[in-house]
Amino acid sequence: MILPIALTFFLGCIALSLVLNLWRLFTAPTVTDRILTLDTMTVNVVALVVAYGIWAGTGLYLEIAVLFALTGFVGTVAYCKFLLRGSIIE
Amino acid sequence: MTFAFLLDLALSALLIGGGVFAFVGSYGLLRLPRPMQRLHAPTKATTIGVGSALVVSALDLAGQGVVSWQEALITLFLLLTAPISALVLAKTLILRGEADPNLPDPGTGRPWATLAKERPDP
Repeated sequence: MILPIALTFFLGCIALSLVLNLWRLFTAPTVTDRILTLDTMTVNVVALVVAYGIWAGTGLYLEIAVLFALTGFVGTVAYCKFLLRGSIIE
Repeated sequence: MTFAFLLDLALSALLIGGGVFAFVGSYGLLRLPRPMQRLHAPTKATTIGVGSALVVSALDLAGQGVVSWQEALITLFLLLTAPISALVLAKTLILRGEADPNLPDPGTGRPWATLAKERPDP
């Protein structure tokens, strides 16, 4: 009974966070800030997918969340490495 | 006051707390003035937001009689990778000169490891 209300609140919080992240992404002062914002967005989207899975009542969406968390981390490290060394695989 | 109601109540409290934490992390990313402070906000707060959603998902599915292993996997993975990506981002900030120029003294008698002559592979 209470869970759907709390779930709606959670989804609203995550949506608002994603809007703030998007704003930061376009107004970021440095490139590193953009990478950090993209990393934050990935984590927020993982939360969004997990919350949608709770709402749908199945565990199927968790697989998407696993893949998102994985690719987000690899992407962050690859971006940073590209900024520092000029290439990703040396 | 059945057990299901109490579980619902606890899960709702977790979700609301996690949502607030996720929002505070993203708001801090937008508001904090210096690059290192901006690094601090989302890498900690947002992880708690996702963690609470994962705990709620695991307990909710367990309440329906389904045991899923993915939540533990995501939690472990996020808790392992959040510090690593924060470290790599901090190294990028320092080496690109975007961090505060007056870094505090590391207290070991030597300069910062990131700024040492033989710098480790980032």
